[in-house]
Amino acid sequence: MSRIGVFICHCGINIAGTVDVERVAEEIGQHPQVAYATTYSYMCSDPGQQLVRESIAEYDLDGVVVAACSPAMHEATFRRAVAAAGLNPYRCEIANIREQCSWVHEHEPGRATQKAVETTRTCVEKVAWDEALEPFHLSVIKRALVIGGGIAGMQAALDVANAGFPVVLVEREGRLGGKMAALSGTYLNFSAAPGLLERKVEQVLDHPHIEVLAGAQVTEVEGYVGNFAVRVSALADPLEVGAIVVATGWDPYPLSRLPEYGGSELADVVDGLTFEGMLQEGRAGLGRPSDGRTPREVVFIQCAGSRDPERGVPYCSKVCCMVVAKQAIMFKEYVPEGQAYVFYIDIRSAGKGYDEYVQRAMEDHDILYLRGKVSKVFRGRDQVIVWGVDTLSGQPVEVAADLVVLATPMLPSRQAVTLGQTLRAAVDQSGFFSEAHPKLRPVESLTAGVFLAGVAQGPKDIPETVSQASGAAAKVLQMFSQEVLIQEPTVACVIEQFCSACGACVEACPYGARAIHPLWHIATVNAALCQSCGACVTACPNKACQIHNWTPKQILTMADVLVGV
Amino acid sequence: MRVQISIDKVRGPFVRQVEEISGQGLLDCNQCGKCSAGCPVVAAMDLLPSQVIRMAQLGMEEVLESNTIWICASCLTCVTRCPKGVDLPRLMEALRQISLRQGVAELDLGALPPELTKEVPQLAIVGGFRKYIK
Repeated sequence: MSRIGVFICHCGINIAGTVDVERVAEEIGQHPQVAYATTYSYMCSDPGQQLVRESIAEYDLDGVVVAACSPAMHEATFRRAVAAAGLNPYRCEIANIREQCSWVHEHEPGRATQKAVETTRTCVEKVAWDEALEPFHLSVIKRALVIGGGIAGMQAALDVANAGFPVVLVEREGRLGGKMAALSGTYLNFSAAPGLLERKVEQVLDHPHIEVLAGAQVTEVEGYVGNFAVRVSALADPLEVGAIVVATGWDPYPLSRLPEYGGSELADVVDGLTFEGMLQEGRAGLGRPSDGRTPREVVFIQCAGSRDPERGVPYCSKVCCMVVAKQAIMFKEYVPEGQAYVFYIDIRSAGKGYDEYVQRAMEDHDILYLRGKVSKVFRGRDQVIVWGVDTLSGQPVEVAADLVVLATPMLPSRQAVTLGQTLRAAVDQSGFFSEAHPKLRPVESLTAGVFLAGVAQGPKDIPETVSQASGAAAKVLQMFSQEVLIQEPTVACVIEQFCSACGACVEACPYGARAIHPLWHIATVNAALCQSCGACVTACPNKACQIHNWTPKQILTMADVLVGV
Repeated sequence: MRVQISIDKVRGPFVRQVEEISGQGLLDCNQCGKCSAGCPVVAAMDLLPSQVIRMAQLGMEEVLESNTIWICASCLTCVTRCPKGVDLPRLMEALRQISLRQGVAELDLGALPPELTKEVPQLAIVGGFRKYIK
């Protein structure tokens, strides 16, 4: 028989305004395993936590249920408080009577109170069967792998290496620099770009702590956070690393997917990256692909293939508004007698100094912006004809252009999906790597120990890429500054007598955490890889798989309470 | 009718003339529309004030046929509020002048009713000559 304490939070009026917390305390207090039940205005406050700690000693409690807000808010808080009073933290559970009770049943206080009683009672039943668990400690190999040698990968590698830790940088191409090497210059400070990149490449190549493997690819990844074994095509032996930064960048959108703009059919319709190459040579490089003549009238088409869920990609590549402004300005610098037109849906120039830059393009360089998406581009006598619209005046327009530049979307690197499978890191429906949380964990993947930098995670420009790369490096260094990593113990386990080594769990596990032991011939769990999803539990025909503190016994007992058995 | 846009139009003589007379850079306007939003006589106009400057930006001389340039009373509400500091009344004046130089007269003096000429201040009639007659 357990001695469980139940602590019911008012959360000001958030809970107590709807739920009759005193009645919950009274009803739950009658449960045979509950030794003490009380309420308090804010249980998460210092005096609230003190109440929990002192009651553990006073009533000799061996388990705690806090009926309050979502466990996502304060489970860690109360587990710490319980541990401070000498109780095992895994014998503390949170009953969510705010988000799942008072907030959603505001107009039915009576039934909300009843639901609060039942929710709390299920948690009491669960705690009664909770094991006192200890977290796992994992060692950390203090060496990082960076995949991708563009500006993102180089920045992450430099930041980790400058902190004194060894880094291996794997690049699929034969040289470092990535897509930035293909740019003519950057916006805001055009002429500085080539020098900036060259210096970065030199720093990486000369760094004593960075080993560069160019022309190589990651083929296999085993292990888990702190202890990965990575096979790289260039190496005979696997690399042992503790953390991985994915910086695989992007690939261009095929022009053939834009037939209405004459993509890959009309020589004088090029994409932005091709135009960057032309700009690299200054005026001399600006000859038209068809006849080498210097173009006088140039049309830029923004969102060519972007924001087009029907035929292209649904997303905005974020950088094109600024890139097009830069390209149009540079065209005008090299060909002052020329005219640039920009067709746009809207201008996305969020960033320090960015909108001023676009305004300067219009005011100082006479670049004519036309609000509307181009419908088609077709061959004229000696020019390409652009059919668009200016929705501001309500006029359909036609421009006979010497050259058309399409601002096409950034596609995720063509290796991203395969690499994602190798790393067991999720990619989204567009093929960009998924971050662990869209707001608060943007540089971590959903796989522990795998971090994200640059366009691999989503379209972004150079300064943002560099920031994210430094963020990813900081996460790596945070890991490397610890001697051991602490891992939650609420993972899958195997009841060995029941296991027939059928392998159903191995197939079900999305994280590669399950295997059949070659000698013992039973299923094993790699606790570092297990994410407690429960797929193996449902797959196991013998009920040999369980998750610590989420056992079938516990779940069924909780269900029994709810159905009133 | 599809409007042809080319350097000869958007940087052509009409645009240069408008810019020279008004002293305004046409492409300073980024078409936010605030002038049209606050114009006190917009209801009587066939084109919004922001559409007038847009057509001028595109080199569309058809803008001279709009009644907007004549209805604009130069009250200066728009220029007071313009985030880009464009003096739209000066632009309207430039368009009126170009129109008048082309021989368009918006005011038929003979058709003015005598009662009106008796009551309206002399200053207004002289102003009307300047604004509406070649």
